[in-house]
Amino acid sequence: MNFDFSDDQKQLRDQARKFLTEKCSPKAVRIVLDGKASYDKELWKGLAEMGFLGVAIPEEFGGAGAGHLELCVIAEEMGRANAPVPFSSTVYLAAEALLIAGSDAQKKKWLPAIASGEAIGTLALFEGNGNPSPKNVKLTAANGVLNGIKKPVADGVIADFAVVAARTGSSGRDGDISLFLVDLKAGGVQVKSLTNLDPTRGQAEINFKDCKAEPLGAAGDGWSILTQVLDRAAVLCAFEQVGGSDRALEMGRDYALDRIAFGRQIGSFQAVKHMLADMYVSATLARSNSYYGAWALSTNAAELPEAAAAARISATQAFQHCAKNNIQVHGGMGFTWEFDCHMYYRRANAMALGLGSLTYWEDQLIDRMRKKNAA
Amino acid sequence: MNFDDTPQEAEFRSLARAWIGANAPKQYEEELRKSSLGRTVLKNADILEVAKAWQKKKADAGWACLHWPKEYGGRGSSPIERVIWQQEEGPFGLLSRMFIIGHGMCGPTMMAFAREEHKRSYLPPLASGEKVWCQLFSEPAGGSDVAGLRTRAEKDGDDWVINGQKIWTSGAHYSDYGILLTRTDPTVPKHKGLTMFFLDMKSPGVEVRPIKQASGASDFNEVYFTNVRIPDHQRLGEVGDGWNVSLTTLMNERSAIGAAVSTGFPELFEYCSGLMLDDGPAIEDRAVRSKLANWAVKASGLKYTSMRAISALSKGERPGPENSIGKLVAGSMIQDVATYALDLQGASGVVSGEDAELAGRFQAMLLRAPGTRVEGGTDEIMRNIIAERVLGLPGDIRVDKDVPFNKIPTKGRG
Repeated sequence: MNFDFSDDQKQLRDQARKFLTEKCSPKAVRIVLDGKASYDKELWKGLAEMGFLGVAIPEEFGGAGAGHLELCVIAEEMGRANAPVPFSSTVYLAAEALLIAGSDAQKKKWLPAIASGEAIGTLALFEGNGNPSPKNVKLTAANGVLNGIKKPVADGVIADFAVVAARTGSSGRDGDISLFLVDLKAGGVQVKSLTNLDPTRGQAEINFKDCKAEPLGAAGDGWSILTQVLDRAAVLCAFEQVGGSDRALEMGRDYALDRIAFGRQIGSFQAVKHMLADMYVSATLARSNSYYGAWALSTNAAELPEAAAAARISATQAFQHCAKNNIQVHGGMGFTWEFDCHMYYRRANAMALGLGSLTYWEDQLIDRMRKKNAA
Repeated sequence: MNFDDTPQEAEFRSLARAWIGANAPKQYEEELRKSSLGRTVLKNADILEVAKAWQKKKADAGWACLHWPKEYGGRGSSPIERVIWQQEEGPFGLLSRMFIIGHGMCGPTMMAFAREEHKRSYLPPLASGEKVWCQLFSEPAGGSDVAGLRTRAEKDGDDWVINGQKIWTSGAHYSDYGILLTRTDPTVPKHKGLTMFFLDMKSPGVEVRPIKQASGASDFNEVYFTNVRIPDHQRLGEVGDGWNVSLTTLMNERSAIGAAVSTGFPELFEYCSGLMLDDGPAIEDRAVRSKLANWAVKASGLKYTSMRAISALSKGERPGPENSIGKLVAGSMIQDVATYALDLQGASGVVSGEDAELAGRFQAMLLRAPGTRVEGGTDEIMRNIIAERVLGLPGDIRVDKDVPFNKIPTKGRG
């Protein structure tokens, strides 16, 4: 058994960490946070040059053709650095949808552009309150024309194209949903920026009015493709969340060693030690669940749906737990704008919602476990 | 990343599997499988006798105490082979719990500190289960604070004379030998005045009194020593060096890697899958699903954490303090799971034993669970270990560290 990343993959992780430590300091993140830019363009370019954007994209489509384990280790570092770039929307959602369902022509058009950093993509699924569900998709598609409103759409303001979930039937079943590719720069859409919990990754409302779109995958296959995309993204996001958890834990630990109160390092108080130990426990459980998700993703195992849901829940909980208790360890300084704690707190809570709520994934997990037990 | 054995590991696994398949006491398999939580009891057999017979069979065929050297009754196996054995042994491994203190702690301590002739005469019968050992460390005044113990050992000619009391001694009532930590010098700070021995539990002056636990079972004992004589050649390590010797013992306690940790989750999931609540099947209830999902990811997180540790073992790395999380998470989880299962039963959850649903499985779990959170280090000690040894936070302040033992206050104010 080698339930671990290989030496080469660990080397890639070190390389990504070194790169991000240099190019994505908290100071750089703050430029986006403060609203002076919508994302870090220099960093995005750099990530493309390092080959990180296309690491799991096959060579024939302009990627490095390494694989999903490699993408997992990079995702962890993106989370650790709190990178203010549209990585998850472009790489986990749009690129994965294309890899799963795109025609050769669609792949040739968009995947090399993603790998080179020229195109930013996203998934337009949600329409206001509610979790991923066919019945929550109201936007319609008829004769290759979309009408309806999607919100929130992650990185929708800066995206060049979107994978859009649309209603193409009225049976009330999964088969009513089809996916479409929309070139957002080609017109027919109105994009509005939305303020959101984590300004380092923007959110938008997109209004599609008689907007031309080409089908992605077969008509009626939309929901089954989306489920696969969300499962894959759940594993990849879990690695970002694990990276963020570790960083938040580290910040809390360092502060506990540094800060003196009542004549002692606060890290010598058992209440603080135990809080940090519990953060370590949740981060470790999340990491282990995510490794299993990575294994399932990289081998395309039948266990992927269950593993993805478990990784998603565990990593969401861990990141929220570590980010909030990092602030608690920091005391009053923790909720100042000046300290970095809130950046992870924002990211943790935004990420907890981006693929549907915890409740949604809890439901998914239980349904999938039941199915397995019944089989 | 893969779950495959190396060729050597696969070969070892198939040998182990074949031998277990041909030799294990299969008539008890179902009962052992179902009693994986808390206490293991066999209805129509004495579990100690069954365990001893299985251990002897293993020893005769060279499968006992895999990681011990051959000359002391082991197999000289690698740590990963030991894990593979545990996986293959499955529910039959529960029988070895009768010997876990002896094999996991007393044996390694003897190996490190006993005279060669003692190792050769005492270790093989320990490995084969013919002789059972216990570990006499905890005292009423020293549970988590082991070094606070008060049992005295005083030199008298070639012997030491022991007086005092131990507590929480697992299996003392059926043990043949024990390793014993004593205080030989109360005038120096507490960690410096300790000395370790091994002794025959049938020695005159040793009295074992079983403790009835909250669950009603009696797995632990109080052991009283009244002028018990131990010859000096049964001393383990130097006089006054008992603390270091005991650390060797306690380090060896971290032997549970690979053995499945009981969380109660598979049992709860199975139970909820079939249970009908007032409004329909429990498994379709939103609140139930949410609870189950939260425990599911803890249980799977522990499982894959243990697999990561096994992978590290397989590469020759040593298990570290990060493995403390298994007991920490499983301990409180099993308690919460049991509480929740009873809550689902409503008022009838109060009924226990054979009269209860599933023969009182969750009720028994509830009553045993507090022990899991205490034995082998409390939740609080486990958190300290993680905080100090994994995260590098400062150690707790120990005001008695440099004070002579006999000057340490023994009672609180009032």
